[in-house]
Amino acid sequence: MQSKAAHNPEPVDVLIIGAGASGAALAWSLAETRMRIVCLEQGDWPVPSAFPANRRDWEGRTYEDYAISPNRRGLPADYPINDDDSPIKVANYNGVGGGTVFYAAHFPRLHPSDFRVRSLDGVAEDWPIDYDTLAPFYDLNDRKMGVASLAGDPAYPEKPAVMPPIPMGRTGEVLGTAMNRLGWHWWPSDAAIATQEYDGRAPCINLGQCGSGCAQGAKASTDITYWQEAIRSRVEVRTGCRVARIETNAEGMASGAVYYDREGREIFQTAEIVVVACNGVGTPRLLLNSASGRFPDGLANSSGLVGRNLMLHPYAQIRGHFDQPMDSLRGSPICTWSMEFYETDAARGFLRGYAYQFSRGMGPVRTAINGMADGLIPWGADHHAAMRRLFGHSAGMVSICEDLPEEHNRVTLDESLRDGDGIPAPKITYTLSDNSRKMLEHSVARGREILAEAGARDITSKTLLPYAGWHLMGTARMGRDPERSVVNEWGRAHDVRNLFIVDGSLFVTSGGVNPTSTIQALALYIGDRIKARIYDLFD
Amino acid sequence: MERMIRPSIELTAEERGVLAMVAGYMIPASVEHGMPGADDPAILADIVASLDRDATGVRTALARILDMAGGGFGALPRDEVRDLLEAFRTGNRELAGLLEMVVARSYYADDRVMLALDLEPRPPFPKGYEVEQGDLALLDPVRARGPIWRAVDTKGDEV
Ligand SMILES: Cc1cc2nc3c(=O)[nH]c(=O)nc-3n(C[C@H](O)[C@H](O)[C@H](O)COP(=O)(O)OP(=O)(O)OC[C@H]3O[C@@H](n4cnc5c(N)ncnc54)[C@H](O)[C@@H]3O)c2cc1C
Ligand code: SF4
Repeated sequence: MQSKAAHNPEPVDVLIIGAGASGAALAWSLAETRMRIVCLEQGDWPVPSAFPANRRDWEGRTYEDYAISPNRRGLPADYPINDDDSPIKVANYNGVGGGTVFYAAHFPRLHPSDFRVRSLDGVAEDWPIDYDTLAPFYDLNDRKMGVASLAGDPAYPEKPAVMPPIPMGRTGEVLGTAMNRLGWHWWPSDAAIATQEYDGRAPCINLGQCGSGCAQGAKASTDITYWQEAIRSRVEVRTGCRVARIETNAEGMASGAVYYDREGREIFQTAEIVVVACNGVGTPRLLLNSASGRFPDGLANSSGLVGRNLMLHPYAQIRGHFDQPMDSLRGSPICTWSMEFYETDAARGFLRGYAYQFSRGMGPVRTAINGMADGLIPWGADHHAAMRRLFGHSAGMVSICEDLPEEHNRVTLDESLRDGDGIPAPKITYTLSDNSRKMLEHSVARGREILAEAGARDITSKTLLPYAGWHLMGTARMGRDPERSVVNEWGRAHDVRNLFIVDGSLFVTSGGVNPTSTIQALALYIGDRIKARIYDLFD
Repeated sequence: MERMIRPSIELTAEERGVLAMVAGYMIPASVEHGMPGADDPAILADIVASLDRDATGVRTALARILDMAGGGFGALPRDEVRDLLEAFRTGNRELAGLLEMVVARSYYADDRVMLALDLEPRPPFPKGYEVEQGDLALLDPVRARGPIWRAVDTKGDEV
């Protein structure tokens, strides 16, 4: 590390590290306290007018500066992640909004059973809270993010709809009709996408580019939702500031954080409360990098569980092609879901289950690349006819499998890899369990049945999608027992009484659905607990 | 793992020539569909200008093809080029996939190609697209089946 001039800003009451999904929700929640709140974010504010959808080469750019892999992007805001020892590679976005800038905004909640897997199925551990505890915060988050949904889904306890659902399109109709013939559950997805004017956001115009930033501002990324309100309430977001470590004092309390600003200066920010919101990889990395004489194994790591129990949600993909035109590149990529195989059925040969996300087509570039990779589009004179059979005619699904926590799946510090500021980078070690493998295989077999029932031809499947490590969970989990968890049931570190964690690291189990609505509900819940206990917060 | 810092790399004239032959073979011009080939000068220039993070990988792929040809790739007759490239594609899936990616992302962004595929040659924003809402009555059988979620009581027992 090069030596840098020190410059120490005014102390703050609350220091939030990471301006993504959870950091934003927590900042908004605490803003009403009028405490002095600062958020340090290593990236920048996203610039919607620069998103790929504005340019003719929009598809090509999703392989470059807007690629979902930080290792591929390698931009100044990114830190490298050694994921060589994992069949699933990490995807993220580093900047204000965090992963919500690139997410598909598919917004399912966990189910009541997800909080009780040990009691119900004898695996993993129960959460220290339950669905009913989070329900009001799910509802609040749905309103703040602006969630489009159709009330009455029989796969969930009743939940209010904020605005009309995203269009099912032909994909939803064709696959839904097949699901009806099979007698299987399906429903329009809850999506954090405005389908009408909402809170100053314009409605979705079906750009189909949610995965590389919504140029229309219809998708609820936190840079345009929570952060706008939090900043109006005087919360400060400091961008281009990468936190190297959290410091502690003689009482074993967090005293603040050391970070590098855009010019590479080393700065110490003093704070009364430190909140980590760096996601399931960034958070354990920071805690491990904060090892000191007082906390030799990493901060808040007396359980030894910081970085362990990494869960990534193995995904399978099954796609087919139809004679009739489908939605093609138009519309939010995911339209409907199925929870038919969500709950445990021992007869299937695995515990827990998975959800399907039904997805529309792709643009011509991606159709061609995937078609050639799958052997459906040849090189040579027949290329054009084959391309025409696929482009505009495809639809399918991914299955998202519950990933059970296993201690050997983990985030550690890489021995030699460093980011642009010289801070040790994370290393992921992850193996796919037998349970996950069986679940993936089951989902591929059922997915093929669904597509065949829908009349699809040229069906392809991938039993494990490698570049799909976008759900990062479990690496600083919550619980009542300090020996079996890193934070307590309201997010406070067992070992450091003014240190909170609010991101995906908290998850005790992963469920078989996308995590962000739960991540944000948890952040709001923790914010609520902090406010309720503000006078005896450190007792 | 890919590297964070990438060097800027220019293709040599020979590499450019091989890339043109590969692109032209992969996606040839089609009179029937009114489409240019991927070796069309404007498309090829875009491919070369867009190599960016893949420049090193593409050079490796081109070197492999030259190796397989034993030198005189440019002078090979058409059917030998075809045989060689098909052998390359089968035996080097990763490198072939890289060439497919760099060729397809420029080819399928070309105005003439988009028009031939009945697409308007424009970016998605700001005009957007229309998507049918879909018939929500299709959900009647799903509703009729009733709740399928697994209810649990506060102690964690199934109810
Ligand atoms: C391509 C893609 C598609 C996805 N689709 C969906 C979906 O459809 N539905 C869904 O529920 N989820 C989806 N996700 C996942 C979703 O984005 C994440 O679950 C969510 O953003 C995680 O929230 P978080 O607060 O835990 O972390 P993040 O949102 O990742 O935020 C962490 C922030 O911390 C910052 N940070 C990290 N370390 C430091 C440091 N040392 N100093 C300063 N700042 C730091 C990062 O830059 C980042 O901004 C998707 C993700 C991706 C990448
Ligand atoms: S589909 Fe809708 S939400 Fe997604 S990028 Fe387009 S306008 Fe935004």
